[in-house]
Amino acid sequence: MAVTQADVIHVAELARLALPAERLDHLVSELNGILAHMDVLEKTDTSAIDSNVSVPVDSTPLRSDSSGPLPMLTSRESFAPSIRDGFFIVPRLATHEDAAADTAP
Amino acid sequence: MTFPDFSRLSATALAAKVDGGNVSPLDSINASLARAREAGAGRESLNLILWSNEQLARRDAASLAEGMNRAGKGGRLAGIPIAVKDNLATLGLPTTCASKILAGYVSPYEATAVARLREEGAIVVAKTNMDEFAMGSSTENSAYGPARNPIDLRRVPGGSSGGSAGAVAAGIVPLALGSETGGSVRQPAAFCGVVGVKPTYGRVSRFGLVAFASSLDQIGPIARNVDDAALALEIISGVDPNDSTCSSRKVDTYRDEFLPLATSAEPLDGMTIGVPEEYFPEMLDPGIRALCERSIDLLKSLGAKVVDVKMPNTALAIPVYYIIAPAEASSNLARFDGVRYGARAETAALRDMYAETRSKGFGDEVTRRILLGTYVLSAGYYDAYYRKAQSVRGLITRDFRDAFGRGIDALFTPTTPTTAFAIGALTDPYEMYMSDIFTVTANLAGVPAMSLPIGRVGGLPVGGQIIASHFCESTMFRVAYALEAALGGEAHQ
Repeated sequence: MAVTQADVIHVAELARLALPAERLDHLVSELNGILAHMDVLEKTDTSAIDSNVSVPVDSTPLRSDSSGPLPMLTSRESFAPSIRDGFFIVPRLATHEDAAADTAP
Repeated sequence: MTFPDFSRLSATALAAKVDGGNVSPLDSINASLARAREAGAGRESLNLILWSNEQLARRDAASLAEGMNRAGKGGRLAGIPIAVKDNLATLGLPTTCASKILAGYVSPYEATAVARLREEGAIVVAKTNMDEFAMGSSTENSAYGPARNPIDLRRVPGGSSGGSAGAVAAGIVPLALGSETGGSVRQPAAFCGVVGVKPTYGRVSRFGLVAFASSLDQIGPIARNVDDAALALEIISGVDPNDSTCSSRKVDTYRDEFLPLATSAEPLDGMTIGVPEEYFPEMLDPGIRALCERSIDLLKSLGAKVVDVKMPNTALAIPVYYIIAPAEASSNLARFDGVRYGARAETAALRDMYAETRSKGFGDEVTRRILLGTYVLSAGYYDAYYRKAQSVRGLITRDFRDAFGRGIDALFTPTTPTTAFAIGALTDPYEMYMSDIFTVTANLAGVPAMSLPIGRVGGLPVGGQIIASHFCESTMFRVAYALEAALGGEAHQ
C-alpha cells in the first residue's frame, strides 16, 4: 500500500501537525519508502496467534482503588507560571468559533 | 581535590573509597565535573551533556557528607556521580527529551529509578544528550545537535541513549541511566565499549520516564563493567506504586551470587547457551563475527554447552517495531500540544495553536514517526498494519519462548551488525532503523538483554549480547560476569 499527498495531509490533520506544502513530496516519498518494507508482514501466516495477547508480561498487579498523595516534590507555585486560589492561571485560548467575541481577562 | 584514577574507577570501588572516608563526596563530584570539562562533554565538542548544574551537584555532595557523618556510613553508591538521559524526570535540572517542544521544562517530581539511585548516595551531575524523544539510533536527531563518540569523534555514539553511553565511556561518570524502546541502551553501549542493560518489561518502574512506546519502553543502566550494571539494576528494580505496569516480583541479587563465581574454573557449568543463526547473517561485519566466535569459544571453555538455535521470525522484527512503536508514539506524544508543557505558538485559534506548536516543536524524525503511527492506526489501515504487526510480534515472542522452553538458558548474539558509523553516514530512515536489527527483538518479546564489550574492530568497540528469559536477569548476569572475566583486557582490544 502506498500513501498519497492527500493521505499525508489527512494524517497530519489527525495528528495536529501543520506541514509546509514544500515538505509534502519528500514526506510522501519517505513514508512510502518505509511502508514498502512492511509489506512482508502481509505475507506472514499469523493464524495461530492472537494479536491481543502478544505482550508477554506479568499481569498488572492489583492495587487498592484509592488515590495516594501526588508524587510532586516541589510546590505548584515553584513551577507554575502563575497560580491563584489554588488554580493554575494559563493564557486565554480563543475558541475557533468566537475568537474575537470572548477576550475578557 | 581531584584524583588521577577517577576515570578508571568502577562505581563500586569509588563508593567504597567514599564510604571508607578516603574520598569525600565533594571530591568525587569535583573529579567528575573536571573530567567533563577536560573531555569536552558540552556542546562545543562531544555534546554528550545537555544540562548540568555544578552548584546543585556540589550542594547535594555536601548534603550527602552531612548525612554520612550522622549515620556513620553511606549507601551502596555513596558519592557516585551519575548521568541521566534527558527523558527521565529529575529535580533541579531540565527534562527536555532533547526536543524544542519541551525547552525549559523542569519536572516537579523525579523518576523512581533516579530517586532510588539517589537514596543509595548517587548524585546527578548531568542530563545527557539523546535522539529527540528517544527516536533514533545515533543521537543525531537531537534538537541540540549530534553527540560524538568519545572513542572516535567523527562517529556517532549510537542512540538513543548516546549521551549516557558516551559519558560513561569518556570517564565522566562510572554509571548512567538510559532508556530502551528498541535497543537504545544496548546499541550505544556497544558503540562506546561499555555495558548496557535492558531489563525485563516490568522489572523497573517507568514512573518519570517520558513515554515513547509504552508496550516497549524500559529504563536500563549503563556502566563500565558488569558488576556496576548489576548493582545499579538491583537498586532500581522492584515494585513501585506509581507505575502500575511494574512487577511485584522479588528482585534477585545478581552480585552476591555470580561475582565470586566468575573467576572459578567452570562458572557456566550446567548451562546451555543458544546461538541463533539469524543473528549472524551474511551482511554481518566479518570482524564482529570473528569476535563473537571468540566469545562463543570462551563460553564453551567456561563450562557452557553451546547449541545452534533457530529464531525464524527475527527478520520481521524491524517492520513490526516500526509499526508498533510509531503507533504508540503518536498517541503518547499527543499530550505535547502547547497547553501543558514547554513552548507554545501564539495563534488566534485553538487548533492552529496545537498544530503550530507541534510542527515547530518536533524535529523531522519525530514528525515522521507521528505521521507513520497515525497512519497505521487510522481507519482502513489499522487491521492491515497495526493488528497484523501485533500478531507477528506474537510470533517473535514465540521464538523466544520456544528456545527457552527447550532448555536453553541464554542466547548469545552480536549487539549490532556494524561498529559505530560516521556522523551523517546514514541518511535513509530505514537504513538507520536496521542498525537495531539484533536488539529490537528483545523489546518486542519483553525479555531481558544486555550488551558487554567483547573486543574491537579497527579500533572501534564491539558488543556481544546476552538474552535471557523473562525475569531471568540473574541467568543473564551469570553469563556476563563469566564472559567479562574470561575476556579480561581483550574486551577492549
